[in-house]
Amino acid sequence: MSAIDRAFSIHDDALMLRSRRTSILAANIANADTPNYKARDMDFSAMMQKVTNRDQHSITLAKTNDRHMSNGLQQAEAEIKYRNPFHPSLDGNTVDMHQEQARFSENAVQYQTSLTFLSSKVRGLMLAIKGQQ
Amino acid sequence: MGLLANFQISGSAISAQSMRLNTTASNMANAETVASSEQEAYRARHTVFQSHLLDHSRPMERGVKMLGVVESTAPIRKSYDPEHPMANDQGFIFTSNVDTVEEMVNMLSSSRSYQNNVEVLNTSKDLMLRTLSLGN
Repeated sequence: MSAIDRAFSIHDDALMLRSRRTSILAANIANADTPNYKARDMDFSAMMQKVTNRDQHSITLAKTNDRHMSNGLQQAEAEIKYRNPFHPSLDGNTVDMHQEQARFSENAVQYQTSLTFLSSKVRGLMLAIKGQQ
Repeated sequence: MGLLANFQISGSAISAQSMRLNTTASNMANAETVASSEQEAYRARHTVFQSHLLDHSRPMERGVKMLGVVESTAPIRKSYDPEHPMANDQGFIFTSNVDTVEEMVNMLSSSRSYQNNVEVLNTSKDLMLRTLSLGN
């Protein structure tokens, strides 16, 4: 792990996971009117733990074909779970639109938080490299 | 992967919702359509959605696909109006089985869903643009 990698600490992983969570929540919102669709969400702290652990002692399988699955994130996929609905609906859909909207904007703000941290890290590194304002 | 997939997910939902809005418009337009037999009468059309896997390597990212359009099985309204130009031999006319109240509710629901998906797209776009300008 290079010094620059270390400088970003967990924020790059956090950003990656946040963007994955954005997709999951976007899929929930997209399927708000789909019969039998079950809403899903990511257990962010568990996922974060897995991703950071993977970096420390990473053993990844060699991939000889594009269609091979990578073992790292695939294991972490288990942290994506079905949401418990507050009330049942007749068509079997468990998306609660207001819940999803709230989580989506929460996640977007947290993504921007990570982005701000990363941005200031980059600025700090640039300052160190250039040695001037 | 990641934010780029959102464009596909929300895009598919937007097109599905606009198809739903389309059928609603067609139902509303034909709410008072009259025919001279039960077979010819206009029947309300409804879209059926299905969740749709965009990429097999990413099972969590599901878009929406329109499975098809089904016709309502509600009874056709039959009324006696011998003066009507479309009346059959017995003097009956057959009006469509569109329930305008149901269609209004459908319209509101699909336009809300449409707006939600546009909002998701906008937010994803903003996040991506901010990521691109990282470090500035």
